[in-house]
Amino acid sequence: MANSNNGMLGSLMAWVDARLPVTDFYKHHLSEYYAPKNFNFWYFFGSLAMLVLVNQLLSGIWLTMHYKPDATQAFQSVEYIMRDVPWGWLIRYMHSTGASAFFIVVYLHMFRGLMYGSYRKPRELVWLIGMVIYLVLMAEAFMGYVLPWGQMSYWGAQVIINLFGAIPVVGDDLTMWIRGDYLVSDATLNRFFALHVVAMPILLLGLVVIHLAALHTVGSNNPDGIEIKAKKDENGVPLDGIPFHPYYSVKDILGVAVFLILFAGVIFYAPALGGLFLEHDNFVPANPLVTPIHIKPVWYFTPFYAILKAVPSKLGGVIAMGAAIVMLFLVPWLDRSPVKSIRYKGMLSKIALAIFTVSFVTLGWLAMQAGSETQTLVARICTVLYFLFFLLMPVYTSIEKTKPVPERVTK
Amino acid sequence: MANQGVNQGRRRFLTASTAVVGAVGAGFAAVPFIKSWLPSARAEAAGAPVLADISKLEPGQKMTVEWRGKPVFVVKRTPEMLELLPKQDPRLRDPNSDVESQQPSFAKNPTRSLKPEIMVLVAICTHLGCVPEFKPEIGPQPFDHEWAGGFYCPCHKSRFDLAGRVYQGVPAPTNLVVPPYRFPDDHHVLIGEGPKEAA
Repeated sequence: MANSNNGMLGSLMAWVDARLPVTDFYKHHLSEYYAPKNFNFWYFFGSLAMLVLVNQLLSGIWLTMHYKPDATQAFQSVEYIMRDVPWGWLIRYMHSTGASAFFIVVYLHMFRGLMYGSYRKPRELVWLIGMVIYLVLMAEAFMGYVLPWGQMSYWGAQVIINLFGAIPVVGDDLTMWIRGDYLVSDATLNRFFALHVVAMPILLLGLVVIHLAALHTVGSNNPDGIEIKAKKDENGVPLDGIPFHPYYSVKDILGVAVFLILFAGVIFYAPALGGLFLEHDNFVPANPLVTPIHIKPVWYFTPFYAILKAVPSKLGGVIAMGAAIVMLFLVPWLDRSPVKSIRYKGMLSKIALAIFTVSFVTLGWLAMQAGSETQTLVARICTVLYFLFFLLMPVYTSIEKTKPVPERVTK
Repeated sequence: MANQGVNQGRRRFLTASTAVVGAVGAGFAAVPFIKSWLPSARAEAAGAPVLADISKLEPGQKMTVEWRGKPVFVVKRTPEMLELLPKQDPRLRDPNSDVESQQPSFAKNPTRSLKPEIMVLVAICTHLGCVPEFKPEIGPQPFDHEWAGGFYCPCHKSRFDLAGRVYQGVPAPTNLVVPPYRFPDDHHVLIGEGPKEAA
């Protein structure tokens, strides 16, 4: 495509390039975007997140062709999609499973960043934009979950919107403004539909573009946390860099294939995944007068929900939950280590990351349980450990002894 | 355009004033978009008072009435239940109903009601809006060893006594809301409208 400067195709490309920099763009972002040659397993998840985004957009557009954003018809229209629309069940399960898959790949993608210090200078903005994407994704997923108008949709919306009611002075008016009614109702459903299918996806796409623009400006990090741009050959190509296309585009296809096998496995054999991906209570139509016995969010929100529940005060719980997410934004400035990657950090950082990971997963599990007194105690301990990972980071990253970082990337 | 002879001060002033006028215009243009999220006239009209027949309500029983789409509990308390109410005071966050937003002024009394035996409450937990369960049984419960009857929220374990007053040490910050209501006659309660003489 790029290098054929003869024949019809060559002159056509020259004509286009003089008017639209297609070849430049292709080189800059693919054939001459040099990525470190030592990417490992953890580097599949960025491109997989893009794949899932495309899956959500495609299946989502098709779902809107049959879905009715109306409190009296929404639940029925989803059942209609499941039973009567040709292949409707597949498209709907692609969308509902895709939501969970999105969070799985995004959590792994974020964990990769935490492990290899991908948030460190000069990639602070890549990390911050990524965090904003994560926030928008949470809003998008929450509003999407309301649309089927089942019991968990309704009461989940009730609980999440009421979180804003904890804000002093304006709280109550704010919740009414969000709902558009005195209670979660048709008005709420209708506006969530508008935001879910139009506003949030546009925002998400825009953010993904600037996430990649920032990444392609500073270049990718790697498991060694070494700047490959520091060592270049006579042509200005990093010695440890290989063109994204074809090397990583082909490698990513392997990741895509494995991912799609697992994805299809869930869609075809366990679309509800035992109540994890689609909760049992959501197969009951919304009833504003009866709360389900055990309200819990979908799995991807559970760690933060557990933090909310662990604090025995309404405002305190909401602040703790908000702070848990704010902490992630601050990581680029909390990490004071002279090295980026966990490979060369000291024992303290390794233990801290391990404790953090265990606490996060435990919190997620606890929020799905009924909540005995022991469980509440464990949730409180895990909440403290979660925050200590961040708050003590400036200390343990600066006092520990790090290993020497090699000049060039390792195998 | 050449830059010689340009009055920089005037250029800065014009740029700044254009930006300010533009920002003010954008601010005004945002108002309709923000205000269109408020409850519509139809939603406001749906908030009319509701009349409920309470003649068949036995002592110790609860009935649920829908008002503005929210569940409202009407409970007929037994003398025994009423006797236990003052004894809860030391364990409560707001025993004297001092938070004004949680009840009309007519209900700022020890039983939080017009008639001592009839309790009218919006059954929406003040924590995050779940519907609490009515637990009239007096005696130890898994969630409270000294339970004197009341409301228990299954979502986050907030507890309220039979006057809807919140216990200490639970996530709900305030007492359950008492809606405005009055008794047009001995058999009915009108929810959504306070007594004629009271505010």
